[in-house]
Amino acid sequence: MTAPVDDPAAARLPSGPGAARSGSDPAAAAARATEAILADTLHGPHRGVVVDSPPGAGKSTLVVRAALELAAAGRPLMVVAQTNAQVDDLVVRLAEQNPDLPVGRLHSSDTDAYDKALDELPNVRTSARAADLAGLDVVLSTAAKWAHVTVDEPWRHAIVDEAYQMRSDALLAVAGLFERALFVGDPGQLDPFSVVGAEQWAGLSYDPSASAVSTLLAHNPGLPQHRLPVSWRLPASAAPLVSDAFYPYTPFRSGTGHGERRLRFAVPSDGTGPDRVIDEAAQTGWGLLELPARHTPRTDPEAVRAVAAVVARMLARGGTTVSERSEEPAPLTADRIAVGTAHRDQAAAVKSALAELGVRDVTVDTANRLQGREFDVTVMLHPLSGRPDATAFHLETGRLCVLASRHRHACVVVCRAGVSELLDEHPSTEPVQLGVTVKFPDGWEAMMSTWAQWSEHRVPWRP
Amino acid sequence: MSLITTLARLEAVRSGRARPAATVRHRHLSERPLVFVPLTTAGEVGAPLGALVGTDRHAPRLLAVPQPRDRDLRFAFLAELADVVLPYIESFTADVEPAERTETDPSTGKRVKAEVELCTDAPQLIVPSRSGIDYVRLLGRSMRFRRTAEQDPDDPHPAPPRVPLLGRWLTHFAERARVPGSSMLLALTEVLARHWTTGQSALEDQHLGALLAWISPPEGLSGAEAALHAERARDAGGQLLCPPAGPATDPAFDNKLLAPAVERYDRARGALAAAEDGVQADGRLGALTAAEEEIRALVERCARPTWDRVWDGLDLLRTLPEAAHVPDRWTRDRWSFTAHRDRVLAGEPPQPRHDDAVTAAAKLAAREREQARLDAQEALDDPLVMAGRQLAGEAFAGEVVDVAMAYSEGRRPSPRPLVTVRTGDRPHLTGQTRVYRSLDSRPQSAECVAHEDGGEAGGTLIVLRLLDKMGRGKEPAPGSVPEKGDRVCFTLFEHEQRGGPKLPDPEDTPWTHGGPPGEAGAPEAPDPVTEEDLL
Repeated sequence: MTAPVDDPAAARLPSGPGAARSGSDPAAAAARATEAILADTLHGPHRGVVVDSPPGAGKSTLVVRAALELAAAGRPLMVVAQTNAQVDDLVVRLAEQNPDLPVGRLHSSDTDAYDKALDELPNVRTSARAADLAGLDVVLSTAAKWAHVTVDEPWRHAIVDEAYQMRSDALLAVAGLFERALFVGDPGQLDPFSVVGAEQWAGLSYDPSASAVSTLLAHNPGLPQHRLPVSWRLPASAAPLVSDAFYPYTPFRSGTGHGERRLRFAVPSDGTGPDRVIDEAAQTGWGLLELPARHTPRTDPEAVRAVAAVVARMLARGGTTVSERSEEPAPLTADRIAVGTAHRDQAAAVKSALAELGVRDVTVDTANRLQGREFDVTVMLHPLSGRPDATAFHLETGRLCVLASRHRHACVVVCRAGVSELLDEHPSTEPVQLGVTVKFPDGWEAMMSTWAQWSEHRVPWRP
Repeated sequence: MSLITTLARLEAVRSGRARPAATVRHRHLSERPLVFVPLTTAGEVGAPLGALVGTDRHAPRLLAVPQPRDRDLRFAFLAELADVVLPYIESFTADVEPAERTETDPSTGKRVKAEVELCTDAPQLIVPSRSGIDYVRLLGRSMRFRRTAEQDPDDPHPAPPRVPLLGRWLTHFAERARVPGSSMLLALTEVLARHWTTGQSALEDQHLGALLAWISPPEGLSGAEAALHAERARDAGGQLLCPPAGPATDPAFDNKLLAPAVERYDRARGALAAAEDGVQADGRLGALTAAEEEIRALVERCARPTWDRVWDGLDLLRTLPEAAHVPDRWTRDRWSFTAHRDRVLAGEPPQPRHDDAVTAAAKLAAREREQARLDAQEALDDPLVMAGRQLAGEAFAGEVVDVAMAYSEGRRPSPRPLVTVRTGDRPHLTGQTRVYRSLDSRPQSAECVAHEDGGEAGGTLIVLRLLDKMGRGKEPAPGSVPEKGDRVCFTLFEHEQRGGPKLPDPEDTPWTHGGPPGEAGAPEAPDPVTEEDLL
């Protein structure tokens, strides 16, 4: 996160909160950054290139473009992504951009190992054996599958997608397959984790539980590091908050200006908490529905019902969105709304509460599974809502960042009052590990600064 | 903390007694464990004060260091410890059985079966608490790089002959203790807390006396009262009636009893050194011996209550029958023991200070696999553990209400029966979730086809398509498909773990991880001696 800035366009921007918002045309800045990345990837002398991408900055677009240019230059490459959904998505995008490109999708031998839509694409070959895909221009698979592949001759090029969510040991298992690689990822999202303790390796440059990028950079400090300076997803109302809270040293800006995106509702507010918070969010991009302070179990029934009520009212009030994508207002449908929680049981509780209200097709999931997804409006159950304590899990920066950066228009936060008191009572007390790069901001700081901002959009509600 | 643990803690508070958290014993207990109760000196890392160690609860071996900061006395302590621990370990190395192991043939690179030895049993070390395990690791770290006079004749402070070997073994025990489900080195508080849930916090459960007080409070006292008594009660001299389980000692003990006794010992030793003739020396030697005896008595007074409690705790654990998968995991411990025995016999150098990149990744992968295996096996062995998984939405149990025969498409249709289960659990099913049940100790998998509200009869109806373990024929093998009215239990987690990917050899470490580690020929040097090391 303290990356040296190689991109000349970004380097001119004065650092510090708010700085990234002013300045030249965002499209031009993004294009310059992309050109510099591609130049280093195709012609640079380094074995690796690292690209930091904030939420919605066009990471997948960059991966697809780099893959196409490498293939066009006659340099076959392998692409490593982290989940099957990510791989399938990249395959579809590659085929859209260049339907004639021979693409291989390496998959596991499980049933339903890949999206059956790929079978429709004429130049995409799928196989569970790497040998069947030899000679194709681009071969894509997950890190887990690549780890079982052996080759006589390594690929000359690789692209590693979501490299900050990849663990160092996963990179170790696949790094022998390629000579040079482009590593793309979002440093602000959830760090990889291990279900068993890995403290004994903390501070080692190759700590197997650390992220692939931190190991890569520890061993190759001279690699060029780029970053994408513009978020096309986040609206002008959200980019400054997310940038300041989660990317304080690598600020980014929104690709759209204030007023370019609008969210409206046909049915006027009935004056209840959910309706008022929906209107606040529609106007300002953020809304905080605050329930009375109380210690609750994780699946706090009142908070869960409040989340469901907000979603139900949003749909019932006939929302429409206007954005740079189309002239015509688009209806806000259930598939454009997501609910994010910290725990799976909370997601399950919200799902059943929504089902009781007759709401279907709204995505409800945990932060881990919402990574990389995009919606028009999100409703977030705050990780600290109703908790008696603030553990490292609930304070994790990446979790809050994922929940607060999935939306194109507005985000509603549902929470019990008392977060700032809770934070005051639970200062960060994680042990300091020698040799480990301290991550800024820490979760505590990010929680505090986002809470301060959201409090300005507070709508109190008594269930 | 899981929901079932929270419930058990609330029940324990209400009833005043610990609640069972398991119906069977999930850790192996050796017939002949070696109990080790170490004590350490405040203010200096890794300076042992003494220990009780042995396999006979009525005859522990008492070891004490009268001046813990004296390196010679510390080496004498470690040598004495080696005299107890190493013969115990070595008593397991000779009994072997033939076994098979797949190895990679170095010439062809193929996987081949190899005939190897496997020790029929392995040693088991029991320490009172988690910090005891850390202390074993620390002792191992402090000893394994030491050189004996034979290895390095120029060393001004050679270690006694068997001390480096003890360091290697203790390091192996402590490293093995990091593997989930391993039983080679157990902290009694952790094992007890796995099997009983008390009405106090997990932190308080680390106090062996308080934990035992909750599990079996004395007549007329509640668990909370007995635990408070164990933590707080002091005698007329201000000493704890239940000394901490160590290795750290109580400050009141250090200040009021230990420090004056060590000072008397130092004075007696100084006086002996200053003796002018044999008669005077004889008298002063007597005083020194008396001072030493006094410290030995103090160490025993401090460690003996813990020693007795450890054996009481083992008795409690032995009241539970052993879980079905425990021998399977103990066999892995035996493999680990045999492998380290072979490394020692082959004259390999001690374990390095830091793992290289490949070893670290391999260890982490192995431990994650063992954790998943342990979680699955504990649930399969123990209905109480499975109930916790059901509450967490990771498993469901219920009655089969309908079975409909169906077949797979394709040239040779195989049976894929649809089984409808009515359950009161609320599993986290999304899409076509895979679920598993245990069929004659083998996992049978199924996929969830649909789930809907159970209507008037309550619960949820889950439709599953069975996928395997039904034999090769067109009709499923008898007993492989549940019948209407059967009780079944499916889990969302897999029962068996797949092996991880093959990692590169350390000499092929890729550029992303710093390339191959440096030349591995020379053994690592012992820690350099600093000013602070010498009195």
